[in-house]
Amino acid sequence: MAAFNGPGPRNAAPLILLMLVGFAAPLLAVIGFSVVPARTFSLWQLPTLENYTAVFSGTNYISFVYSLVFAAMTVVILALICYPVALGLVRVFGKWSMFMSLLFTIPLFVSENVRLYGWVLFFIKNGVLLGTLKTLGIEPESWLFTQSIILFGMVYVYLPFMLFPMTLGISMVPRETRDAAFDLGATRWQVFKEVDLPLSMPGITIGFLLSFVLAVGAIAEAKVLGGQRIIPVTHDIEIAFTYAQNWPMGSALSVMLMLVVGVLVLAVLRRFDLDTILGKK
Amino acid sequence: MEAKAVNWRNGLVWTWSLAVIVFLYLPSVCLLLASLTDSRYFTFPITKWGLAWWAKTFNSLEIHALFNTSISIALCVTVISVVIALFGALAFARYEWKGRSIYQKIVLLPIFFPQSVLGLALLLWFNALGLDLSWKSAVFAHLVWIVPVVTLVISIQVYSFDPALEEAAFDLGATRLQVFREITLPVLFPGIFSGALFAFLLSWGNFPLSLFTTGADTTIPEYLYAKMVAGYTPGVPVLGTVNTLGATVLLLGGYALIVWWRRSRLGASKE
Repeated sequence: MAAFNGPGPRNAAPLILLMLVGFAAPLLAVIGFSVVPARTFSLWQLPTLENYTAVFSGTNYISFVYSLVFAAMTVVILALICYPVALGLVRVFGKWSMFMSLLFTIPLFVSENVRLYGWVLFFIKNGVLLGTLKTLGIEPESWLFTQSIILFGMVYVYLPFMLFPMTLGISMVPRETRDAAFDLGATRWQVFKEVDLPLSMPGITIGFLLSFVLAVGAIAEAKVLGGQRIIPVTHDIEIAFTYAQNWPMGSALSVMLMLVVGVLVLAVLRRFDLDTILGKK
Repeated sequence: MEAKAVNWRNGLVWTWSLAVIVFLYLPSVCLLLASLTDSRYFTFPITKWGLAWWAKTFNSLEIHALFNTSISIALCVTVISVVIALFGALAFARYEWKGRSIYQKIVLLPIFFPQSVLGLALLLWFNALGLDLSWKSAVFAHLVWIVPVVTLVISIQVYSFDPALEEAAFDLGATRLQVFREITLPVLFPGIFSGALFAFLLSWGNFPLSLFTTGADTTIPEYLYAKMVAGYTPGVPVLGTVNTLGATVLLLGGYALIVWWRRSRLGASKE
């Protein structure tokens, strides 16, 4: 076993073992369950594709489309919100940069459903917003339990996942290259288009990918804020596994989701050299 | 570029970023407000201010049990993930080997994966193996996601690690264990420390993985979720606020510690 000698593979071994038992095997189990007859609980049966045809003949594909569309919208909005902030973290904030990054990091460590619940308290009838407006004599309808607030919640929860890779990307643009471009007479727009954007692309792409992938798997936003106004595919999957007791159906939906995510992730990641992005000198 | 235009633009960037910070923390402020009332339901402006629900939450035996479950999971995850991730990071960033580029991508995969689906996949897998679910299976589930995150965090430190240090120590006759204890560990300490902090907090706050893998045990995020969906009490904002404050103190304290540690090391090397 020559391939497994040397310090590299030896150090990697525990992690690889964990990935095999904790990641690859469960996904294989899901794939296995997706091809057994509906509402059965054993893997050892004749394979069938009935669960996949059921996804398309039923209504499940609608939630699938919803999840994809909402994730895509989240990514676009996040890109617009995060770019100026990322720019600030790299070029404007100076000695405050580290502290500002910390402020953006802290919310990551509080459960997303707790933070979303804070928004419920903000938007609910007699809550912080509507209660304040009421004292001013204005009584609008609550924004809760609508489709758009689900999008709002997703933008809120996934913001750091766009911001940090983007910041990493922008910090990869060498100052000298920009200065040189300006010295040679380039306009601000030209520098942005020809220098900033291409050179920070690895980080930006990873931000897009990470926030999209996580947003496709979003479930809490629709439950906590949206009052199930939209059923995301993850909710369908959860229902299939729990109340409906239809594991094969849930597995088929999971496999479809995994395919979308897997193809995207592998297509993007194979183009990048992680050593350069993570700061190898 | 004129200085005035630059100032104006920087001002805009500051304003925008601070607005985003307000946006990020507004829900936490709402939670804090909602916890500071003595009435059963939350109405704003608050009429009956008080700490009654804080006292109730801290004295509740049920909350103590939840706390124990959450902290057992988080501590186990922290210890195990730091050990696996430290070696994982050396393989990720320090050593050149044939499968490294593929290995790096494998490490990233669980991070780029919807956690709710991962939780369900693990549930299915545990069932197929016939395992009983408890907080211990949740530890395993958390590891699948947290070990890769910690590996990345430590790897960033490893990238700035000069291998010549280790080689010099070997040349001077140090054993493998001595080199690891005297050189590798101290140099990588800030990365290991940040990794441990990340592991603890991410495990403590995790909901999607715990939801499917804790079995009969319940963690604090699971309990909060159940209460949010049915049966709101002001205990929910109390616990939410405690979580937010705890994370803030740990992260700011941890950051201060690393800064202090770097400074004292710099000071030592100058002498």
